[in-house]
Amino acid sequence: MTRFTAWRRRSWAGYAVMLAALMAIGVIYAGFSPATDRAEADGTQAQAQDLAKGRELYNQNCASCHGLNAEGTKSEGGNQLAPSLIGVGAASVDFQITTGRMPAMTYGAQVPRKDVVAPFDDSENVEAVAAYIQSLGGGPGVPVVPEGGDVALGGKLWRTNCAQCHNFTGQGGALTGGKYAPNLHDTTPVQIYEAMLTGPQAMPVFNDTTLTPHDKASIIAFIETVRAEPNPGGNGLGRIGPVSEGLVAWLVGIGLLVLCAMWITAKKPKKLKKS
Amino acid sequence: MSDETNETTGAGPERVIGTPPPVKSGALLASGGGDTEEYKPGAELDERKAKKDERIVALFFLLAFAASVGFMVYFIGWSGRNGGMHGLERTRESNFWLGGLMALSFLAMGVGVTLWMRRLMTSVPIEQARYDMATDEETRSSLAADIKQGALDSGLGKRPLLRRTLLLAAAPLGLAPLFLLRDLGPLPEKRLRHTYWAKAVAKAKEAGKPGVRLIVDSGPEASAPLKAADFNTPGGMITVLPEGIYDLGHDALTQIAKASTILINIEPDKIKPVKGQENWTVNGIIAYSKICTHVGCPAALYEQTTHHILCPCHQSTFDATDGAKVIFGPAARPLPQLPLAVDEEGYLIATGDFPEPIGPSYWERG
Repeated sequence: MTRFTAWRRRSWAGYAVMLAALMAIGVIYAGFSPATDRAEADGTQAQAQDLAKGRELYNQNCASCHGLNAEGTKSEGGNQLAPSLIGVGAASVDFQITTGRMPAMTYGAQVPRKDVVAPFDDSENVEAVAAYIQSLGGGPGVPVVPEGGDVALGGKLWRTNCAQCHNFTGQGGALTGGKYAPNLHDTTPVQIYEAMLTGPQAMPVFNDTTLTPHDKASIIAFIETVRAEPNPGGNGLGRIGPVSEGLVAWLVGIGLLVLCAMWITAKKPKKLKKS
Repeated sequence: MSDETNETTGAGPERVIGTPPPVKSGALLASGGGDTEEYKPGAELDERKAKKDERIVALFFLLAFAASVGFMVYFIGWSGRNGGMHGLERTRESNFWLGGLMALSFLAMGVGVTLWMRRLMTSVPIEQARYDMATDEETRSSLAADIKQGALDSGLGKRPLLRRTLLLAAAPLGLAPLFLLRDLGPLPEKRLRHTYWAKAVAKAKEAGKPGVRLIVDSGPEASAPLKAADFNTPGGMITVLPEGIYDLGHDALTQIAKASTILINIEPDKIKPVKGQENWTVNGIIAYSKICTHVGCPAALYEQTTHHILCPCHQSTFDATDGAKVIFGPAARPLPQLPLAVDEEGYLIATGDFPEPIGPSYWERG
């Protein structure tokens, strides 16, 4: 009898294997569940700043990819590496920098949200670059979110135009070719407004004449309301609905039931000693 | 076992077909090895240890009792106050206490019973007598003889008139389920072939207008028609409906489920027009049915960088620049395109219904 077989015959080995399996499931689940990456951003209205300072910051932090004249760069094969920034507007710059997406670390299917890095942890520097880009070709400025959003209207608009990608409670979801719609856990109202206005990365544009500022404020109010809601079960399980809830209920619930069944039907210790 | 069976059928009381033969000894439990030593429950237990185990089991039962009482007290005293549940915050609290106490009650009872079984009941192997499943030859042949005699007696073979009229009497009962199927409801007929866009366009043309306006779907009150000049940003996308669809009242939701359309703004030079549908776009504004042609999910995950429309259910991918041609996934047909134009006031209008039925295939579509 090998040592492993001997170990397996111990009375508690079955429980140990079961527990290990349950823990493995837990670890795997934790690996797949969306991690929250925190980033604080301060949405402030772009003002006409010292353009020279903005240009300097641009040349130091952005020009290596977007080009010295913000014209964008292409690879040798003609594929776009970084888009032109002429005409994207201050709203786009503010969104990309305050969510930490820019300056990007690398090219890829999608630039992820991350903590804001220096020098853009200072909102004045963000405003300066935004004003510089705005001066190159106009485009939407940093918006002010109007008061008085209607949560019910926002929910309706969210479900018809946003939920397909970002999930009905803003948890995000997968797209094609490695792209994804990010979650809205930490996105500020101004950032949500800017995203709708400028359509960052693969996201479509919802301009102010299609979805009015009141519509946008309503969508933002809906997201803030949903985000503030408690999870009745204690844990939201990613808030993606019955799939994850069912998975946990089946795996953990059935695991516990199996443990109980093993205990109920296990041979009694007394008899083990005799044999 | 069979010898025992034979013995009992020979000497025992008269048996009913299908019941097991009576057992000789009258006891269900036989102690191991088949000897006739009398079984004494709990003989192998150490009485002092058994007393302790007894108290442990009783403790679990008391815990179960306390949890059940706690459940009732919480339900009446706290959860029921102010007439019931109030808000998600309260749901969380009542879920915790009601669910937790009930789980504790059942769990403690189960643990108690299991401990009782494991610690206080016998661990002597029990042999339970089982018998052959098949009845013995004698019973079977007697049954066969009975059936044969009955058939002969009824004269089924001798009196064909009776046999045939009986079959005739039973035949309509066999056909009855067909009538039940028919009563499940009328066939969908042509209702799947057209959406509300057809009716709305027809109504508008009756009123002398070139087509029906597109409204941004914001519910019955806030939905407003959309101007081409307002939907002017390339990369834009919005869900639209035919104007007037919310006036349908009760039927509105059913019609919206079929008439939902996504409006996309693509740079005009990127669009490859479909033959015969060249003038269906307005300055790069193009409209497709939102209902996936695979199984009818809302396909509206639009990527403005690749111009792909993606269905979230099974990843069918459509190319918005190429007549919503399927480029990936299980969908068999492109998303139907809606013919667009602009009226004299600059509003976007639809000049007709989708050229083919929207959504998944169905029986009559072929």
